Formats: sequence, structure tokens, C-alpha cells
Amino acid sequence: MTADLTRATAAELAARIANREVSAVEVAQAHLDRIGEVDGAVNAFLHVDTEGALNAARKVDEDIAAGAHVGPLAGVPIALKDVLTTEGVPTTVGSKILEGWIPPYDATVTRRLKEAGLVILGKTNMDEFAMGSSTENSAYGPTRNPWDTDRIPGGSGGGSAAALAAFEAPLSIGTDTGGSIRQPGAVTGTVGVKPTYGGVSRYGLVAFSSSLDQAGPCARTVLDAALLHEVIAGYDPMDSTSIDAPVPPVVAAAREGANGDLSGVRVGVVTQFSGEGYQPGVLRSFEAAVAQLKQLGAEVVEVSCPSFDYALPAYYLIAPSEASSNLARFDAMRYGIRVGDDGTRSAEEVMSLTREAGFGPEVKRRIMIGTYALSSGYYDAYYGSAQKVRTLISRDFDAAFATVDVLVSPTTPTTAFPIGERTNDPMAMYKADLCTIPANLAGNAAMSVPSGLSDEDGLPVGLQIMAPALQDHRMYRVAAAYEVARDAALGAPVISGVPQLAGVAR
Amino acid sequence: MTSVHELMDYAEVIERFDPVLGLEVHVELHTNTKMFCGCANVFGGEPNTQVCPVCLGMPGALPALNGKAVESAIRIGLALNCEIAEWCRFARKNYFYPDMPKNFQTSQYDEPIAFNGYLDVTLDDGSLFRVEIERAHMEEDTGKSLHVGGATGRIHGAEHSLLDYNRAGVPLIEIVTKPITGTGERAPEVARAYVTALRDLLKALDVSDVRMDQGSLRCDANVSLMAKDATEFGTRTETKNVNSLRSVERAVRFEMTRQAALLASGGEITQETRHFDESTGSTSSGRTKETAEDYRYFPEPDLVPIAPSREWVEELRGTLPELPWERRKRVQQEWSLTDAELRDLVNAGAVDLVTATVDAGATHAEARSWWVAYLTKEANARGVELAELGITPAQIARVIALVNSGELTNKLAREVVTGVLDGEGEPEAVIEARGLKVVSDDSALEKAVDEALAAQPDVAAKIRDGKVAAAGAIVGAVMKATKGQADAKRVRELIIARCS
Amino acid sequence: MPSISRDEVAHLARLARLAVTDDELDLFAGQLDVILQSVATVGDIATADIPPTSHAVPLTNVFREDVVRPSLGQQQALAGAPAAEDGRFRVPRILGEEA
Ligand SMILES: [Mg+2]
Ligand SMILES: [Zn+2]
Repeated sequence: MTADLTRATAAELAARIANREVSAVEVAQAHLDRIGEVDGAVNAFLHVDTEGALNAARKVDEDIAAGAHVGPLAGVPIALKDVLTTEGVPTTVGSKILEGWIPPYDATVTRRLKEAGLVILGKTNMDEFAMGSSTENSAYGPTRNPWDTDRIPGGSGGGSAAALAAFEAPLSIGTDTGGSIRQPGAVTGTVGVKPTYGGVSRYGLVAFSSSLDQAGPCARTVLDAALLHEVIAGYDPMDSTSIDAPVPPVVAAAREGANGDLSGVRVGVVTQFSGEGYQPGVLRSFEAAVAQLKQLGAEVVEVSCPSFDYALPAYYLIAPSEASSNLARFDAMRYGIRVGDDGTRSAEEVMSLTREAGFGPEVKRRIMIGTYALSSGYYDAYYGSAQKVRTLISRDFDAAFATVDVLVSPTTPTTAFPIGERTNDPMAMYKADLCTIPANLAGNAAMSVPSGLSDEDGLPVGLQIMAPALQDHRMYRVAAAYEVARDAALGAPVISGVPQLAGVAR
Repeated sequence: MTSVHELMDYAEVIERFDPVLGLEVHVELHTNTKMFCGCANVFGGEPNTQVCPVCLGMPGALPALNGKAVESAIRIGLALNCEIAEWCRFARKNYFYPDMPKNFQTSQYDEPIAFNGYLDVTLDDGSLFRVEIERAHMEEDTGKSLHVGGATGRIHGAEHSLLDYNRAGVPLIEIVTKPITGTGERAPEVARAYVTALRDLLKALDVSDVRMDQGSLRCDANVSLMAKDATEFGTRTETKNVNSLRSVERAVRFEMTRQAALLASGGEITQETRHFDESTGSTSSGRTKETAEDYRYFPEPDLVPIAPSREWVEELRGTLPELPWERRKRVQQEWSLTDAELRDLVNAGAVDLVTATVDAGATHAEARSWWVAYLTKEANARGVELAELGITPAQIARVIALVNSGELTNKLAREVVTGVLDGEGEPEAVIEARGLKVVSDDSALEKAVDEALAAQPDVAAKIRDGKVAAAGAIVGAVMKATKGQADAKRVRELIIARCS
Repeated sequence: MPSISRDEVAHLARLARLAVTDDELDLFAGQLDVILQSVATVGDIATADIPPTSHAVPLTNVFREDVVRPSLGQQQALAGAPAAEDGRFRVPRILGEEA
């Protein structure tokens, strides 16, 4: 019974809760129990809010019993990346500097989840300040990939992805600045969506890179992701960059796609994302996925986006620059930890000592790169040039979307790599986001959907689907159609191949 | 603690150097809410009660721009004859300081909302001086720190500081002049006249409280000197903390004499921030930084650009009130004032007050006589601004009416006004309380006249001989006897009648 | 372009208020050099005629109504403060200019 509940999709759970086949409290408890069993091995959660979750579940049960109208995901448990503020519940952003901070307010995403009756189980682990591609940069220890606990679950949202793959939650929220939803989705065999920039409010999302950050849904199925997308998306006056337009009809598109017909859909394969640096098994999985799209009726063409080669360097200038400014507020004056205040040191000294002790090496590295890139004398060559590359990347997308409906590529060049393998080589780590970054720079929608397992190591591979801004529904349709065909071809959903976690009874 | 400065005689400064000024004025807008959040924008609340995640710079919080502040910025720009940007942005000015919650100030950098304007200011002799405006841009204010420990509550020697962020995020407009040249000896006067004119303008626009004492109008004065034969500007200093109109003038003058003495003795001016000390009238060096601050400006990604449509700008132009100089021109024509009369009126800062008094029923001559001649002196004596004297135009108009109806003499009227200024209430209440009614009963006056004539028989004889001028002594005696509450004109008439 | 020195890293760390250790200076100098060399390639295609993009979505004129919203209470505002006194945030002595 309990295993049944933790393996169900969000859509199934919502239906069963609404029909009163099962109570939201039972569902929440099943997931809390599962977390208790497996999270010691996975470390997906930084904080589990048992009491808050059970209270929220109880409230949903009461509402349903009273005949109240509840949302399509009411009572479904969800794991929230620890980068979104939660009133009264700790928010650390995976950093020591915010250890013990309890926000006095909810992020807009948090508020919308609560209003829709979702049951927030807790806060998930992440690379510190979302800087990383492996979740090894968390100040609270790495998260482990449920497919192989010696490997990384991707990052920065490794906790949110691992929680899904470990069946600790059917839904989670991630944030994606350069691939932090999609790349973990790819390496854990789950679905991760970066909506159009401005589609989901950033209010209460602790900023890494303001012009790139975007929160989005993570799930085990495309439909579940779409259902969650519609809960969290939409205009928010608290975020000036939020788009005041209707939410793209992603749920309808996912249902349409599930019919398995993609005739009339033009799919572009980005030629830049293959070749050297790509794991052969990843490329083979990608090619098989493209073949499957053709079988579904899609018209597939190759599309060249030459400036995408410059996306990675542009990203590693823009993101650190904005981060160097965004993270300046962590100064030991108003919140967070304070180090070295012995009554003799100045505020400036205490700030420097606190930031030195509170930030990990990757955060410090990026703050210094950003400080450098924005300095007078270097601004034009670095930050200014990166902003121009951004223009070129948008132009490449515009040109591509003039001829195709969606673009596809592998989500990330390799499968999950072993923990520790790239920690001393920042550039190697950065390459994990090679394919995902262009969509952040241009602001359009992109997602990762599992494309099976790599034949050489048996680890999950992700198919990235990209759509124009505010056309998020296009990629949901393609992803849902592909998901059905893939499961039919494999004989089972990819996620069902997650091995039993060591030392844990199924 | 101030260091001792060598100062050059002012006349010599002018003989040897040309001053160049640059004035930066920060104006706090009196919008209902702060620049980027919905916290109330009011002065003087309990510490940290007008704060929220946004203005405390809490993780995750985002700014949302106050449209009213943008509107005010455009109106100020238009009133300063500026061009209004078709497209502009906010930028982040990055530097660490504990009174700034995000450790960057959201400000405008190379894309100000208004630029390239001018303000014509009236100098003491009535002449106009045009001050060119470089830009007016939007930004946010910082919090306030209280320094604890140490001798004087100043930052130096303090043991720790206490921060109140109520003011953090209050909308500011920074108005920057182009270099002001060609003032010669009048540089300090031009500086004061400019800030005065700007204050009057902002008041007329109703965008700010413009209270220098509360910091809602703050001036930084950049001063440099050019030797008479020089072709380039000299090194400038920036004097902060100049918090009254008089201080603006004093600070500029002090810097001129200090810099001149230093230059004359072969020294060099350090480009630095200096602080003005009201008590000594001198400036002192702030902390000099070993390297120039690098603010690492970049476009604020959390706010979208502002592109005011031309229709909106013209609509806002239509909301501009009659501006101070337009009103002056109109008043001069309507009241047929000479240039000298207008200058006195303007210098006294009494245009609004006199106009309001006229609106309340007085003639402009009466109103000017009260405000410009009498109340200006009272204000000086009490060390306050004319407008803050504590008497309203309506009250003055009522006092004037009482004089015209003969119920008060001019002398009594002044006593009534003194009572009002001393906080004794409305003019009528002062009259009642102090018993200040004109003695208009002829029989009472006749009795006093007879007594005075009897007391001074030789004077009485002179008057009877036709020496009417001698009546003054008797008038004086009668006024004394009636404690000044008689109408002197009537008393004189009664004396002449009695002696003829 | 860059060959970033230990001194430059020290300067950056000071600007960014990071009290880095000597060991970190060496480590970061090497790593920043590699990273900055690599990202400098943006200059290869960023020619003068290309306008920069600062915002992914081209919005303008997003304004808020000038209407007061509830603030946090003083207690809530100060709840996360490392130190507080008399309703204010207590911080170590501030060096520098008088405000
Ligand atoms: Mg400024
Ligand atoms: Zn606020």
C-alpha cells in the first residue's frame, strides 16, 4: 500500500485523494516514511517539515470532506528546492551563511503551492546558491543519485531530482539558471522544465543570476510536470520581470501529445550539440529519440545555431557578475551567521570574515570572477561582450524557430559522473551545462525528458526540447508523445529501472 | 575635532582665482510609499517599523518600481527644462556599507530619466543667473545609523552602531548641475540662490517636503579653483553634510579660501570628500580612500527599462503648476511692482505668503509691508524661516482688516502679531487676552487730553498761539496715559479742537 | 588576455569582502586565470554593431501603484538579526565617512 502510494504519479494521487479513496494525510505520511527510510542514503532533503506537511494534508482532507472545490493537485506531496523562501521554515540555499535563517515571508511559488493545496514535505538540497552541476557544492553534504549512490544527481537542483527518483516525492520544484532543473532531470531519469523566463514569479527565489533564474516543475511524468507548471506559473506584480499574459496551455498540450501523434510538428536538431566531449551512449540515446520523433510523424531537420558555441563563456560571465552583486547582501548585518564580532573588529572586518567562513569555494570563485568582469576597464571586454553574445544567441533561436516548432539536443553531454570526479576542475564541471545554457540566455522555454539509459553504463540520459518564449506548450506536446512511445518501446517507464537503494527494503 | 586651516582673504581669492562649482542635490520625494516596495514613506517612525523583505534586502525579495516616483521625476525634469529620456534604465551601484541593505544602491547611471536642462536663479541684486543642469535621476535612500560609544556620538571612536532601515528605499531624485563657471566673487551666493530656487521649485511641484533640517533636501557642494591664467579646471573637493541654505553659502566660501591658501603656498588639492561643520563653518577631510571606488555599475536585471511615451510626458507637462519665476513675473505685472520691490519680495522668500495674504483680502501693499518689512525681521530675530514663523497669511489679513476698520492701531497690531508668534493663539484671542482694543470713546479721550493740557500749561499756550507742531508732546502724554490704546490721529484732532 | 596575479585576486577579494587565506590566493589565482582565459572568447564574436541584451524578455514600463502595503513588524524585521538593540540592528563599529 505504502509503496503503491510513493510510486504513483501526481495525477493519480490527486484523483484518488479527491475521490476519497485515500486521504491526503495517508499520502503525506507514506512519503514522510519513505524519506525516513531512504534519505540517509540519498540526502535529498535539508529540512523535512513533518508537522507542516501533515497539517496541510489534514486541511485538504477537511476541505474535500466539506465538499469544497479543490485544485487538480490538492493533497499531492511536493519537495521544494531550498532556494525558495518559506515563512517559518528554514531556508539555507545550501549555504552555511544562511544557516538557521527562518524567512518571514513566502516566495510567490511557495504561496501558490499552498493555495493549490499541495503538501510541502520539506526543502531539498542544492549546490550552494545554485552554483554547480552536481550538488557537491552544498554546505550540507552532497546528494546522491538514486541510480548509483556513488554518482552525482546533477545540480544545482540535485535534491529536487533525487527526491523524485528515490520516490520520496512525486513532485518537486527546481530552479534553472544554466540548466539546474534540466541537467539533474537528465541524470536521474526524471522530467524537468525551465519555463519561459518571466513565466513563473521569482519573488522569494533567492537570486543567483537575476536575468537567468527561473523556477520550474520537476516530476516523473510529463503530465505531472504540466499540472505543476500551471499551479506555479502566471503574472506576479511582485516580480517586475514577470510576464502579464495567460499561462501557456501546458496541461492540454501534454494530454494532446499523449495521443501519440506529432504529424505536422517540425523538429530541429541543433548541430552544435554533438561530437567531441559527448559520451557515445548519450549520442546514441539521442539519435534513437530523434528516430522515435520521426516515427510519431514529426518532420525532423538539422538546424545550425553557430553562436551557441559562445553560450558557455557568456554564461560564465553574466551569471557570476550578477551573482557578485546579488550575494553582496549576505554581510552578517541583518540576518544569517556572523563571524568574528569580538567587540574590536569593524563592520567591514566582520563582513569579510563572515563571508569567508560562510561561502564555499565555488561561490567565492564566482563572486571574484563577477567582480572582475564588472570592474571598470574590464566591463566592455567581459560583461559587455557577454551581453552581446546574448543578443546573438537570441537571434539564432529566432532564426531557428522561424523554420521549426521546437529544437532538440541531448540535455547534458554525459551521464551522471562519480562524486568527486570534477570537483577540482571547475571548467570540466561547467561543461555539464553546455546544452542547457542557451535557453537561459535567450529566456525561452526548455525541458528535459528521459530518453532511456545509456547503453555503455546503464545510466539515464535526457532529451532536451526547446520552444520559443511563451510557447511552453509546444514542448509539452512533443515530450508527452515521446514519453508514450519511449515507454512502449522500453516496455516500462525509465524511472522503473531505479535500483533498490542499498540497505533499504522495498 | 577640526584641523587648523590657512585661509586666504576672500578678496585676494577672487583676484587670483576663478571658482568652479558643481552642486548635487538629493531630494526625497514625499510619495506614499518607498521607491521599490509598499512600505510607508513617512519621517520619524519607530525604528524598523516601515520595513519589509524588499527594503531590508532579504534573500529572494525583488523591487517593484513606484510609478508615482517616476511621474515626479519626469515633472521635476520638465520643470528644470530638461529633456526626458525616451528610454532609460536603473543600474546597480555596488559598494558595501551597512546602511545599504543590499550592498548596492539601485540608481540610474549612464541613462538618467532627465538631462540637459537649466534653472534660472535670482541673485540678491535681482539679476538672473542660469545654472545648467546635467541630469536628474532616480535612486533610493539608505538607512540611518546611530553611533554608540565614543565621545560625541560620531562615527569616529564609536564602539558599535545601530541601524534603522525606515529610510532605506525612500525615493530620491538626484539633481546634478553642470560645472558652474563665471560666478566670480558671487560663487557662494550663486550656490545658495540655486538651492533656494530649487527648493521653491520642488515645493511648487508638491513632490517633496524639501525640509533641509529633516534631510529631505540635501546638498553636496563640489568646489574647485582655477588660477586666472589656467585653461583647465582644478582638482575639486566634494563637501557633504551641508544642511541649510546658509551653510551652502558658507561651505563654498570656506572651501574657496582654504583651497586658495593651499594652492598659493604651493600645495595641491586632494580630490576628496569633506564634511561641513555647522558650528565652526569649516570643512574637514573625510576618510581618503587609497584607491578610487569602483562601483561596478551594470543594468539592474530585476527592473525593466522605462520608456515614457511622449504623450505621457506632455500630459505631465500639463500638470506643472505655475512655477516660481512665472509667478514672480505675473505678480510684478499685476501689482505694478518696481524691480526693487519685486527683489525685496523675492529675497524675503515672501511671494507665496504675500499672495496668500492678498487672496485673504488684504491689499498687496499692506501684505508686503507686513511680510517683507516687519515679519522678515521677526523671523531673523527668532532664527527661523519666514514660512515657519508660526503665523498664517489668513491671520495677517485679519489683523490688517482690524487696522483698516480702526479697531487696532499699527502699534497694537504689531503687539497682536507678537502674541500670535509667541503661541498665544488666534489674533482675536490675543486681543482679548491682552486687552488690546483701541480706546475710541471720545469722552474718555477728552478727559485724558484735558489732563495732559493741564499738566503742561506752557505747551497748551503754544498750541493756542497756533504752533500746532507742539501738539506732539500732548499726544505722547495721552498715548502714555491710555497705554497706547488710543488712535493718535483722533487724539491730535481733539487737542486742536480743545485749543482753538 | 588575462594572466591574473595573486595581488589582483587579493584586490578582488577585498572588493568583494572575502577574507581569503594565503592558500586560497594561490588556488584562486590559478583557477581564475583558466576560467577568465576561457570566457574571454566572447570577444571573438561580440562586435561593435551588436546591441547588448540585459533582459531576456523585452518588457518596459512596469510600475507599481503608490499604495501602502503592510510592513513587517519590528520584531519580525529583527528576528533574524545576529544582534539587535533598541529596535535597531546592532552592528560592529563602522569605519569611514559620516553619513
Ligand atoms: Mg547618487
Ligand atoms: Zn519595504
